[in-house]
Amino acid sequence: MGYLFREGIRNLYTHGFMSFAAVCVTVACLVIIGSFSLIIYNLSIFVSDMEQQNRVLVYVDESYDTAEAKSVGSKINLIDNVRQAEFMSREEAGRRFIEQQGGGEAYEGIDASTFRDRFVVTLEDNARMEETVEQIRQIQGVASISDRPELAEGFTTIQRILNIASVAIILVLLVVSLFMISNTIKLAMYDRRDEIAIMKMIGATDRFIRFPYFVEGFLIGVISGAVAFFIEWGLYDLLAARITQMQSLQLFNIVPFREVFLPMVLTFGFAGLFVGMFGSVMSIRKFLDV
Amino acid sequence: MIEFRNVTKVYEAGNRALEGVSLHIDDGEFVFLVGPSGSGKSTIIKLLTAELEPTSGSIEVNGYKLETIKRRQIPYMRRTVGVIFQDFRLIENKTVFENVAYGMRVVGASGKEIKTRVPYVLDLVGLENRGRRLPHELSGGEQQRVAIARALVNNPAVIVADEPTGNLDPQRSYEVMMLLERINALGTTVMVVTHEQELVNRFTKRVIAINEGRVINDGMDGYYINEES
Repeated sequence: MGYLFREGIRNLYTHGFMSFAAVCVTVACLVIIGSFSLIIYNLSIFVSDMEQQNRVLVYVDESYDTAEAKSVGSKINLIDNVRQAEFMSREEAGRRFIEQQGGGEAYEGIDASTFRDRFVVTLEDNARMEETVEQIRQIQGVASISDRPELAEGFTTIQRILNIASVAIILVLLVVSLFMISNTIKLAMYDRRDEIAIMKMIGATDRFIRFPYFVEGFLIGVISGAVAFFIEWGLYDLLAARITQMQSLQLFNIVPFREVFLPMVLTFGFAGLFVGMFGSVMSIRKFLDV
Repeated sequence: MIEFRNVTKVYEAGNRALEGVSLHIDDGEFVFLVGPSGSGKSTIIKLLTAELEPTSGSIEVNGYKLETIKRRQIPYMRRTVGVIFQDFRLIENKTVFENVAYGMRVVGASGKEIKTRVPYVLDLVGLENRGRRLPHELSGGEQQRVAIARALVNNPAVIVADEPTGNLDPQRSYEVMMLLERINALGTTVMVVTHEQELVNRFTKRVIAINEGRVINDGMDGYYINEES
C-alpha cells in the first residue's frame, strides 16, 4: 500500500506537464464557478437588503394617547409575517419630517399633534405583503396603512429570476467544467496508455493500476482546490476594495470574504477532490480494458 | 502447459485469423512458432494472454481454461506467463531495477524479496551493473534483456517471446536466443514467435509453422518450413 501511495505521488511529477495542465484547467474552472457563485450571492444579499428597506407604515388612530398607541404594536407583532414593529411617536415623526424638508423658518411652530403615532413594520416575507397588510388593517386602533405592494412584488420577482438564473448558469458552468477537466485527465491517461497496457500484461490487477491514479487524482484535486481558493480570495478582496472606492457603487455593499470563508473552503475542497479523484478513476476505465 | 483445441478466431471485420488450430506444448518445452507476416502468430499470443477471446474452440494455459475464465482471474493467469515483445515495452521513466521489480510489486512481493530476487535475475541476463540506468540509456539488446528479466522475475511457468530479436542485429539476436535457451534449461517452457528462418535453423528445437491461420507443420526437425519448401 505504501508503495502504491509513493507511486501516486511520483506519478504527479514524472508526468509533470500533464499534471500541471490538469491542475490549471481544474483551477480555472473552480475560479470561474466560485466567482460566479460569489457574484450571485452578493446580488442576492443586495436585493434582499433592498427588500428589507421596503417597510410598511401603520398609522395609529389620532384619538389614542401614547400608551394606547404602543399597545397596538404588541398586536401587530403577533402576526406571523411581521419581523418587527418599531414605534415612532408623533413628536419623533414631526422632527424627522422637518429634518427631511431641510428645516427652516417655514416649519417652525408646527405642532406635533399634526402628526400621528405610527409603527414602522418590517416583514419576514415581502411576497406576503398584501395578506399581512390586510391582517394589520383588522387590528383595532389602526387608522391607515401606507404600503408599496408593487415595489415588494418587483423585488420578489427579481429575487426569483436571480435564483433561477444562478442555478441554471452554475449548472451549465459545472457541466462545461467537468467536460473540460475530464478531457484533460483523459488526455493525461492517453499519454500513459502504453504504461497501463504493460502493467496489465505483467498481471497487475485493475485495483493495483487504479490506486496510484486515485492518489494522483486526490493530490491534483487538493492542489487545485487550494490554489483556486487563494486565487478567488485574492480576486475577491481586490474587487471588493475597488468597489468600495467607487462613488457610483457606494450603495452596493460587498459581503466580506471572511463571512463566506468556511463555505468557500468546503466548496473548493470538495469540488477539487471530487473532480480529481472521480475524473482520474473514470478516465482510466477505458484503458483498463486490455 | 499450453493447449489449443480446434481454435478459430474471426475478427469483427470478418477477417479469419485462425482456422481450427490445435496445438499442445508441454511443460519444459522450447518451441518456435514460425510463419510469415499475417499468418496468425500474433493472434495466437493475444489469445493465450487473454487479450482476445476465441470465436470457437478452447484454450488452456497453465491450468486456466480461457473460454470460461472470469475477468478478475485474468491478471493471475497472466502472472504464470512472462511475455517478451519485439519493442521491449519497458516503462521509460523507471530504472532497469524498477522495471524488473515492477513485475514483483504486481504480485505483492515484499521489499526484502525484491531486493534479493531482482539482482539475481539481472545477473542471470547479464545486466548486474545496469540496475540504475533508464531504458533509453541502454542498447536494444540490453533493453530486450531487461524485458526478459522482467518476464522471468516471478518465475513463470511459460515465457512467450513475440519476435524478440526483431529489433536486434544478428549477434545480439543470437545472444538473446542463447539466453532464452538457458532459461529453458532451468525448467521454464519457452515459446518463441519469429519469422527469422536463419535464427531458427541454428537451434534444433520443435518448430510449429503456421500459415493463413492453419498449422502447416509441427516437427522436431528444427527447420523453418516456409512457403517455398
